[in-house]
Amino acid sequence: MSIAAGVKEILGKSLQIDADGNLVNLQDWDEEIAGEIAKEEGIEVLTEDHWKVINFMRKVYSDTGDAPSIRKLTMQSGVDTKLLYALFPKGPAKKAARIAGLPKPKGCI
Amino acid sequence: MRNLVILGAGTGGTMMLNRMHKLLDMDHWRITIVDCDKTHYYQPGFLFLPFGIYKESDVIKPKSDFFPGDAAVIYSEIWKVLPEYNKVQLESGEILDYDVLIIATGSRIAPEETEGLKGELWQKDIFDFYTFEGAKALAEKFSKWEGGKLIISITEMPIKCPVAPLEFAFLADAFFEDKGIREKVSIKYVTPLSEAFTKHNCSEVLGHFLEDKGIELVPDFNTGRIDNENKKIVSWDEREIDFDLLVTIPTNKGADYVGKSGLGDELNFVPTDKFTLRSANNENIFVIGDAANIPASKAGSVAHFESEILAENIMHYINKEPLEAKYDGHANCFIESGHGKAFLIDFNYELEPVTGSFPLPIVGPFSLLKETRMNHIGKLMFRWVYWNFLIRGRELPVGSEMSLMGKDIDTILKPATN
Repeated sequence: MSIAAGVKEILGKSLQIDADGNLVNLQDWDEEIAGEIAKEEGIEVLTEDHWKVINFMRKVYSDTGDAPSIRKLTMQSGVDTKLLYALFPKGPAKKAARIAGLPKPKGCI
Repeated sequence: MRNLVILGAGTGGTMMLNRMHKLLDMDHWRITIVDCDKTHYYQPGFLFLPFGIYKESDVIKPKSDFFPGDAAVIYSEIWKVLPEYNKVQLESGEILDYDVLIIATGSRIAPEETEGLKGELWQKDIFDFYTFEGAKALAEKFSKWEGGKLIISITEMPIKCPVAPLEFAFLADAFFEDKGIREKVSIKYVTPLSEAFTKHNCSEVLGHFLEDKGIELVPDFNTGRIDNENKKIVSWDEREIDFDLLVTIPTNKGADYVGKSGLGDELNFVPTDKFTLRSANNENIFVIGDAANIPASKAGSVAHFESEILAENIMHYINKEPLEAKYDGHANCFIESGHGKAFLIDFNYELEPVTGSFPLPIVGPFSLLKETRMNHIGKLMFRWVYWNFLIRGRELPVGSEMSLMGKDIDTILKPATN
């Protein structure tokens, strides 16, 4: 879990966020909140493919304690790299983690 | 006789060989080290080869110079580890039994992972500098190149020595300036990260440097393929960047046998406990350096600091004690900034790089997160330290655990976001 760096108002709830702007508490997240964060990331509607990625990320996070890298996503989520970038332009792992209510993946050291 | 087998005789493997040779009772233990290459490369020196700062002989020595006399050395490719039988199978078919195994086979560039990277322009207009051959070929190219669009591009994280591409950009700027053709060279620094470096405190300082040197930063660019015909790199989301000369850091992967043995993650790095350095899935397999998936930089200094902890924990394991030694993620890197100057950064899992002096308060002699001539001298001196102390497993005056001495702690804004 990451450290709170601020508070953000989403759908009338005050939620703690970390320095990257990601939610601090997993339990604060729900599908409506995800929809709101997605809009901030420029994604108006979350489609079935978006959810495939988001659910995969939450599952990996609960299994391993870290959000998956792009490579793990494309190898195991059933969404290929091309589609992944179409769904979450520019930084899929980072964006999808944020929408999934998870901290930024640790992959980048 | 019990068997310690070390796979890989690079920086980490050679250090562990020397440390364990001193710690183990050689009447009861046999140590075997396996590597496919007889040459030890001083990999930090590859950065300097393209610019003619180092010559080939500065970065190579026979591996055998650094092995204790009674170690068994096998030069071979590794085929597979069979963890359920405690055996290693070599490519020749030879089988090695182990009681304790150390994986030290590092990471390698994998240009084959990116479409078009190893196409017709490979080593003509597209180069790497993470291999001896690549750095040499690039030196040859630079000696004749008359200018154009130079692109320095990181394909995918994580990579070995994440500061090296930045250093390369700074050195290239200085090199073409000294050559009198800087105005004919445009330099772009293309990275999948959102800023210049993995550590935010450094990015702020180094990002400015890029700007001052007229190097354009292109962040959030994930290379999907290389268009050889039109000389473009193309991102997965279809952005394009033209190049005349592409210096690329291809995807980095762990050794193939790691994947084949079922010991690796999606990039063949071994899931490893970041404190004890034991593999996550096998109690008698330990991992050092780039081969591990731990959230520390893939760098020689990390392998060095780890080696002290790992040696202690292997002795604990052998003596059936809890693995008490804990690696703190300590890394220490000189960052060349061109024209005979350099930065120095020192950080761990918890704390971001800060300003201050190193290793001693006030007197230094090195300055943290600041550009000085002394830091550059330190970087050059380090080669001697490496050959004579580091890989021989001799102690350095810098402990494995990161010290707060001399650091401007009030500049610490927040813990590292690993």
